[in-house]
Amino acid sequence: MLRLEGLEVWRGPSAVLHGIDLEVGAGEIVALLGANGAGKSTTLLTVSGLLRPRSGRATLSLDGRTLDLARLPADRIVAAGVAHCPEGRQIFGGLSVEENLRIGAFLRRDGGVSEDLEAMGRLFPILRERRRGLAGQLSGGEQMMLAIARALMSRPRLLLLDEPSLGLAPQMVETIFDVIEDIRARGTTVLLVEQNAAMALEIADRGYVLENGRVTLSGPAAELAGDARLREAYLGLAPAEAAP
Amino acid sequence: MTTGYLLQQLINGLVMGSVYALVAVGFSMIYGIVRLINFAHGDVLMVCAFSAFAVLLVFGLPLWAAVLAVLTVGAILAMLIDLVAFRPQRAAPQVNGFITSLGVAILMQNLAVLLLSGQPRPFNLPTWLRTNLDVLGARMTVLEVVTVGLTLAVLAGLLFFVRRTRLGIAMRATAENPTAARLMGVRVNRAISTAFALGGALAGLAGLLWAGRAGQIDPLMGFVPGLKAFVAAVIGGVGSLAGAVLGGYLLGFAEVFFVGLLPPGYGSFRDAFVFGLLILILLVLPNGLLGRPAEERA
Repeated sequence: MLRLEGLEVWRGPSAVLHGIDLEVGAGEIVALLGANGAGKSTTLLTVSGLLRPRSGRATLSLDGRTLDLARLPADRIVAAGVAHCPEGRQIFGGLSVEENLRIGAFLRRDGGVSEDLEAMGRLFPILRERRRGLAGQLSGGEQMMLAIARALMSRPRLLLLDEPSLGLAPQMVETIFDVIEDIRARGTTVLLVEQNAAMALEIADRGYVLENGRVTLSGPAAELAGDARLREAYLGLAPAEAAP
Repeated sequence: MTTGYLLQQLINGLVMGSVYALVAVGFSMIYGIVRLINFAHGDVLMVCAFSAFAVLLVFGLPLWAAVLAVLTVGAILAMLIDLVAFRPQRAAPQVNGFITSLGVAILMQNLAVLLLSGQPRPFNLPTWLRTNLDVLGARMTVLEVVTVGLTLAVLAGLLFFVRRTRLGIAMRATAENPTAARLMGVRVNRAISTAFALGGALAGLAGLLWAGRAGQIDPLMGFVPGLKAFVAAVIGGVGSLAGAVLGGYLLGFAEVFFVGLLPPGYGSFRDAFVFGLLILILLVLPNGLLGRPAEERA
């Protein structure tokens, strides 16, 4: 569904991604792991069209069509079925909970938006309770739920999730990860960026480890979870025995 | 002081406040979405006043044509200014946009002086607008009644648009976090253009009303309403539309009452009192009456 080939992305004066290859198949949960600054968020921002690659390819294949994400404006990428739940949640704090959800469905012209508002209320009952309240007054965990629900309001085929566990209490993290599995069960493909590698690999099918803008490790989640190098890789530490 | 006199002052304050509110709301909306203190906003008003002059007094068309002209010219001009002057440096520090807006303002004023001459021109609306009505013992021209009524209707429409419609919600989302808005599929530049167009159209309407009230127009006429709109927006809390409306009316009433209540010799110092009031309000409420703290907005 999503294919990145030799993707090189610069931010300002420096290269962040030095040519990465990554693939996400339809119906998969793929974990993208790595330390701070490894290039995980940059990868997601390139997929959603907010950053442009300097070289390499980023393509989305859906229903027999292949779209060049490197050329498509951000709104067309959303319309094509990619939703991005950004790092740090970035909900609209001055808007009500319901307005946040409605803006998630900004590009939809079908009549199903109210129906999906109801569905989000069932998925996250707290959002229905607080629907008239300002989103900024929700707790951190509730804001995360809102950010995920807002992304789902576009009825995405591919959901990009950037560090959903960041700053949340362990119990809330459990809840969020249950929801992610649920989202996949309903047929949405998920590309999950996480620092919490252990949790991410529990629900993922496959994983990639990014280190300084390069994929240093990849494979089935179960294999990665048992890999001794993983801990070192995602902490950004060079293996102790590595020769120069 | 008789009640009739008081009522008259109230009406005057209401009329002045309406015009300030129209200009301030656009000013505040533009600040809210691109964090730009747009000093060219008053000059959009000036250009629109000249457009109304052309439509009414040069071509002799009816009033509705002038209303249509000021709304269209205001919207297109404001969008054009954004496109040419502000958009290319959207990523630059805030102060660049501010300085650019001063440059655009001076450019527009000088162009107008060059092309239209600096001489004030009489601006007379049709006589039916200038006839006096008796309102509970106070006097009000038809133009003043129209000014207040039109302003309230337009502002109510604007608040509805911003609070309830899909594009209005997208504008507010963009104002709060343009990056997140783009991730939702909002075309940020289009949302910003919409804000400029609306602000420009309101400034245009204010230009027509202002010119009609003053009875004359000149290329520098935009300065005072632009400045007053800035003050009104700051009093209300820059970025807050309801605040800008409140600030506009407060400013209108404050001006009228300072003139009405101060001893006769002090009337010409009313702006000193008005700006003194601004400083007082900001000392007590640094974010204005309805503004949110800057760190929350950013």
